[in-house]
Amino acid sequence: MTDPLLEARGVTKRFGHVQALRGAAFTAHPGEVVALIGDNGAGKSTLVKTLSGALRPDAGEILLDGRPVEFAGPVDAQRRGIETVYQDLALAHDLDAAANLFLGREITRFPPLRLLDRGAMRRRAAEAFDELGIRLPDMSAPVRQLSGGQRQCVAVARAVAWASKVVFMDEPTAALGVVQREQVLDLIRRVRDRGVTVILISHNMPEVLAVADRIEVLRLGRRVARLTAADTTVEELVSAMTGGLDQEDAA
Amino acid sequence: MNSMTESYDDTADGGRGRGAALLRNNTLWTLAVLVVLFLFFAVLKPAEFATTFNIRGVLTESAILLVLAVGMTYVIVTAGIDLSVGSILVFSGVVAAKTMVALGGTTAGWGGILLGALAGVGCGLGWGIVNGLLVAKAKVPPLIATLGTLGVSLGLAQVITNGSDVNRIPAKLSNVIGFGLVAGVPWLVVIAGLIAVLFGLLLALSRFGRHTYAIGSNAEASRRVGIKVDRHLIKVYALSGLLSGVAGVLSLAHYSTTTIASHTSDNLGAIAAVVIGGASLFGGVGGIGGTVIGVLIPGVLRNGLIILGAQRFWLDVAVGAVLVVAVYFDQLRRRARERE
Ligand SMILES: Nc1ncnc2c1ncn2[C@@H]1O[C@H](COP(=O)(O)OP(=O)(O)OP(=O)(O)O)[C@@H](O)[C@H]1O
Ligand SMILES: [Mg+2]
Repeated sequence: MTDPLLEARGVTKRFGHVQALRGAAFTAHPGEVVALIGDNGAGKSTLVKTLSGALRPDAGEILLDGRPVEFAGPVDAQRRGIETVYQDLALAHDLDAAANLFLGREITRFPPLRLLDRGAMRRRAAEAFDELGIRLPDMSAPVRQLSGGQRQCVAVARAVAWASKVVFMDEPTAALGVVQREQVLDLIRRVRDRGVTVILISHNMPEVLAVADRIEVLRLGRRVARLTAADTTVEELVSAMTGGLDQEDAA
Repeated sequence: MNSMTESYDDTADGGRGRGAALLRNNTLWTLAVLVVLFLFFAVLKPAEFATTFNIRGVLTESAILLVLAVGMTYVIVTAGIDLSVGSILVFSGVVAAKTMVALGGTTAGWGGILLGALAGVGCGLGWGIVNGLLVAKAKVPPLIATLGTLGVSLGLAQVITNGSDVNRIPAKLSNVIGFGLVAGVPWLVVIAGLIAVLFGLLLALSRFGRHTYAIGSNAEASRRVGIKVDRHLIKVYALSGLLSGVAGVLSLAHYSTTTIASHTSDNLGAIAAVVIGGASLFGGVGGIGGTVIGVLIPGVLRNGLIILGAQRFWLDVAVGAVLVVAVYFDQLRRRARERE
């Protein structure tokens, strides 16, 4: 297999009395979909936050392209090609899809005034949506007027448009109906096909098996299993999450 | 059909155009109310209402409020509120007046006037920065932060003046800026108009404006994409303070005195104008175009009612009613749009 793109080794993180991560490990290779699963409170969101620059680990190492990195913050991670689709979406609902895609990264003209180049942003946003097969009924409508699934697509498209290496998605399908869930899963596959690594957190096991190449299981702040989706069943996933299966030695 | 404001995109399909038209209609609808109101009074009292003299008067009376309302639009778009504008106006006017009096009083030249004006505007900016720091850094809710500076700045203005108005304002200031005309248009109106155009374009077309909407729409999301939310909020409140300072100098020029006691409801006037103009108090929505109309609707209504001979007290009743009706209809339209 190829060298890992993003790796965590022995990461710990404590919140007051709660030890959320106890030497957690994680590995993602270029161009794959990795599902990160585990029971509620296993530390999935916390691990993803340390890997995307939103939280600083107490101890442990994060390696990007084989080299140790320390992220100064989410924007620092974004600069290195790592994007996150947050569970709560994080769109500006009164702005349209293109404005959201370019939020914080607007194309501007006339440097001292920084006037928006709306034409260029709309064109490039339309390209980005086209490329991912996203169809929006109205590109100039505030995102507020879109359906939940369409909004999720905008959030995913934004992350993908800027991610050169990794996109984290924390339960991207949790609030979606069947059709819209399919739409987002399709999107994940298309992103992977463009060579971008997708790390997906999900509680939906059939969905995980359908879309992921590999699965890493977290329990009580530690990685307890690494599985290949092709030869794993829902039962095995459940037993790994709940403690019936423990591949990794407690390093 | 929608080529007027959508000049930059040639990929427009039907859906896109419809959404843009809806948004545009918000302002259009408010403008229609203003036009109807104007025509109503013009037909009823053509000789008194529809004269150059009277229209000039309405615009002059609205000019100072417009300057406050422009700053208020930015603040409300960020989902904030600035109650202190009237007090900052008074404080800035007092400092400007004191400076001008010290530099020659009624006979002061343009140099003294300019220094006085700068001192006043500078004070406005300072108060605005205080508001911004309270809201963005100390995390005091805007309503409370600006209620505090409302009291403090007005109190200090009275301390400085011992509670009595400063008169002896430079004659040049009141004759030119206060009452003078440029090509038939009062200086006050020209200045307020330029400010509205300038900051209207900034809000609509610049990155600064875009971030203002983004923060009002979802501050956390703005932070996550790297927008410096705290710094931006400080700038927005600073702008509102600065424009209150400008309004203070304009008010000084127009009334030739500091009018300390007459600005207690300026904040409500400005907020009403912004809201009538289509802004949402929840942030993320609004614009200077709407605010201009929102200033003029109560202005025309007030003026028309006076001409019709209504008792003074009824004016506030009418303006208050317009505010509530405007917001009610806006809610209806919003709800209809959400359901679409
Ligand atoms: N900011 C925080 N402050 C205090 N405790 C926290 C914080 N964030 C997470 N925790 C705790 O750390 C543990 C791991 O939380 P985390 O959110 O990573 O779990 P998770 O695997 O994402 O769970 P879920 O499936 O419910 O989203 C939990 O016990 C949680 O209460
Ligand atoms: Mg979680």
